[in-house]
Amino acid sequence: MTMLSLSSSPHHHNRRDTGQVMRLVCYAAIPGILTNVWFFGFGILVQAAIAIVTALVTEGVIMELRKKKTERILKDYSAVLAALLLAISIPPLAPWWVIVIGTFFAIAIVKQLYGGLGYNMFNPAMAAYVMLLISFPVQMTSWLPPLSIAEQSHTLWDAIHTIFTGFTSTGFSVEQLKVGVDGATMATPLDAVKTALLQGYTVTEAQEHIIFDGQYGKGWFWVATAYLAGGLFLIKTKVINWHIPGSMLAAAALLSFVLFLLDGDQYASPLFHIFNGSLVLGAFFIATDPVSASTTIKGRLIFGAAIGFWVIIIRNWGGYPDAIAFAVLIMNMTVPLIDYYTQPRTYGHQSKARKSS
Amino acid sequence: MTLFADYDEIIERISVNQLWDFPGGVHPPQQKALSNQSNIETLPLDKTFYVPIKQHIGVDGRIIVSEGDSILKGQALTASEAPFSVPVHAPTSGIVKKVTEHVSAHPSGIPELSIIIDADGQDTWIPLKPVADYAKTGKSELIERICDAGISGMGGAGFPTHIKSNNTKPLEFLIINGIECEPYISSDDRLMREHAWQIRQGIDILVHILQPRQVIIAVEDNKPEALETMSIACQQKTNYQVVSVPTKYPAGGEKQLVQVLTSREVPSDGLPIDVGCIMYNVGTCYAIADAIVEGKPLIERVVTLTGKGFKSPKNVWARLGTPIQTLLKHGDYDDSTQSSPRFIMGGPMMGFTVTSLLTPIVKISNCILVPADNELPHPDDERACIRCSACSDACPASLLPQQLFWYSKSKELEKAEEYNLFDCIECGACAYVCPSEIPLVHYYRQAKADIRNQREEKERSDKAKIRFEARKARLQKEKEEREEKHRIAAEARKASLNKDGGAAKDKIAAALARAKAKKEALAKKQTQNDALGAPAPESDKTEVASIDEVSTESASSQTSAKTTNETEQAKPVLKSTANESSDITAEEDAEAKAAAKKKRVAAAVAKAKAKKLAAKQIKKENNES
Repeated sequence: MTMLSLSSSPHHHNRRDTGQVMRLVCYAAIPGILTNVWFFGFGILVQAAIAIVTALVTEGVIMELRKKKTERILKDYSAVLAALLLAISIPPLAPWWVIVIGTFFAIAIVKQLYGGLGYNMFNPAMAAYVMLLISFPVQMTSWLPPLSIAEQSHTLWDAIHTIFTGFTSTGFSVEQLKVGVDGATMATPLDAVKTALLQGYTVTEAQEHIIFDGQYGKGWFWVATAYLAGGLFLIKTKVINWHIPGSMLAAAALLSFVLFLLDGDQYASPLFHIFNGSLVLGAFFIATDPVSASTTIKGRLIFGAAIGFWVIIIRNWGGYPDAIAFAVLIMNMTVPLIDYYTQPRTYGHQSKARKSS
Repeated sequence: MTLFADYDEIIERISVNQLWDFPGGVHPPQQKALSNQSNIETLPLDKTFYVPIKQHIGVDGRIIVSEGDSILKGQALTASEAPFSVPVHAPTSGIVKKVTEHVSAHPSGIPELSIIIDADGQDTWIPLKPVADYAKTGKSELIERICDAGISGMGGAGFPTHIKSNNTKPLEFLIINGIECEPYISSDDRLMREHAWQIRQGIDILVHILQPRQVIIAVEDNKPEALETMSIACQQKTNYQVVSVPTKYPAGGEKQLVQVLTSREVPSDGLPIDVGCIMYNVGTCYAIADAIVEGKPLIERVVTLTGKGFKSPKNVWARLGTPIQTLLKHGDYDDSTQSSPRFIMGGPMMGFTVTSLLTPIVKISNCILVPADNELPHPDDERACIRCSACSDACPASLLPQQLFWYSKSKELEKAEEYNLFDCIECGACAYVCPSEIPLVHYYRQAKADIRNQREEKERSDKAKIRFEARKARLQKEKEEREEKHRIAAEARKASLNKDGGAAKDKIAAALARAKAKKEALAKKQTQNDALGAPAPESDKTEVASIDEVSTESASSQTSAKTTNETEQAKPVLKSTANESSDITAEEDAEAKAAAKKKRVAAAVAKAKAKKLAAKQIKKENNES
């Protein structure tokens, strides 16, 4: 008799696999990346290219060493996504070895040493970011001014040249590129406010800096808006749930609003916080990393909100101008606990409240 | 205070069709139109039928036919003897060819006892005995009729219908399940469209038996024709409501449907009746009407033949026991659509692949799905879980499938139970949405089976332990009883000893005296031997030793230890002289004496011999000297 083929139910599957999910997240980041290129030059693209190559090579080698189906695993695009997220988080003209070390660390140490995809406790991109920030503080804080106000503009070739040699093709160093029209070293909007506050200025006075367009940093508003659009696309296509980004942005807005009400001179407005730095990027693309985030609905709300609070706290009182990476890592550590205490009530099981009634 | 909606609120919401919802759920592509376009056909009569004797949850009936018997269509083949047992009936007239193990309609295909019938082609019914007027018939008789007709739930679980119908708790809602939420399947759909009136009759009978406050007939809104025919069939009844339920898988799950219609949740360890509901599938209602009104037992059901592997998908009336190869033939199975043959019994979400084409249709078989290769692709290798929690968003029971998967895979079964593994209804929604293509349900089934095995093992070992403890206790008790008996016996002996204590003391005194005498005699002999200048004591020693032996033996059957010792001390002396020893024999326990006598005689002989030998030696020595 013919052999019949057997399989387990369900025999039906929806067709979106892990690779597709990861790719969709990459696609959703494209508007943000392009906006970034528009305002800050081609550095981010070069970084992304280096990071993706490094990630694939690292993951491929480790898969070979672990004797796994290399090709199949590379096709899940998780390494590509982690590399991309790291690349868009670091300064666009950081030297090539920074992103190579960072990506290697993210894939080899943070992801594979914990057992590979699905087993890492920490967000690989953010763990690598923090490692880089601590190890190479100068390179990691060399953010460029928007091209519109930069003394020296640079081309794609300049970006490649700078990343690999430290100088543009015409011989300017990153430091020189950073120097603004007034001769002072250009900082990010978050930096600018922090520094001004330390010098005794008010937030409003700080925002008169050339880097600002009113409340927002030049260019930063549009980059954040583009990531927001990408994030909403992810929610719309059900790649991510609204819970984490929603609660994260809401919590950050709420805390910054309360502080702003208390003392508008010392604390920036919620809009300032949301549209500067990487809060939006973090909310939709980084904190939502499924592997290292909470999985229950209540847990996601708690997880997101806590990150939002941490970001505002560190931005206002901490040592770093932006704080997404720290906030995400801190909350990654608490995920098992959050998940344990936020289990949903199973059908047919009485909640404590109902039991007593 | 209860968080559940009360009766009035439910009625009100149903009347305006504002139902509740259940969490999770998925929307797989329906594909019902493949098979629901034409009327139900009847299969031509098969030559051979394979009727498993158990087609429901519960226990087998007792087989009441034997090989070679001629049987008629509808004749009972088994008898229901246990409460959780319903009979099976002959699907046609013919001869019982064999009673043997046959591949089962179960995922494992594990062989089970079946009755194989050769049809005679006449298809002759047994005389049918319909109930003339069910409204004038007692509840218990109707329930018995339902049981005798072999009816068990036809929706999927196969719960014996008569057990469910024998309800004594207050019943608010009799729910008739016409949801049929599995994609592809349309057997209930066609049944409702074509036989709404008979289903309504079945409902009427159930209402007569169960006396519910309200009847809800629930049909998914993807079956507008069925909704309409059911509404028409039920329009005269004021307490019957036909309800359109939004299409979402698994709305037809018993627990989910109760939740959608009433907002109530069946307790994890309970039944729908605990929240005032009882649910029947429309197919079951049809079968009940058949059994009561027509007097026909359950011998056939509607089966959907669907999937792109069939050239002509359709619904058919199939006799129970029909091997699926007959159905494949009837649906024009096209083997060019499948690279490797794959036949699914049931729907794409919960059905199972059959192991053999001779797998029979049973009471719960609602569909044979033959998917083309590109239709339901074979599962790929699973990837790593990325904890995306799509599964928990899809779970209708609000479980955390990713955690259950983790614990099931790593065999942390206690943890899996703690995360309510047993509340999983195996609907497959989680695995359906899993982007890593992990066969989650498969892991849960394995974990559940492992846990059940462990429980059984534990039960067995507990029983063994109880048996062991009981045995230990019994032995201990026996030991104590024995010791008690000995103690009583010893006391009795002591008492009797004390009673004739004087005699015993005299005996002791006499024994002591004799011992003295013996000592003296020994001393005398010693001097004699000394005088002769020979090493005489040897012979005496032998003598004493042999006497010792004898006395010990006799003493062992004697009274208390003390006495024994005394006699022992005394005896060697006693037996040194034959006369004295016979005296004592008379005085002492005669029985022991008789046994000892022979030995004593032997000892005496030995003694004599030794003496002789000694004397000879002395003589010799003397001569030599």
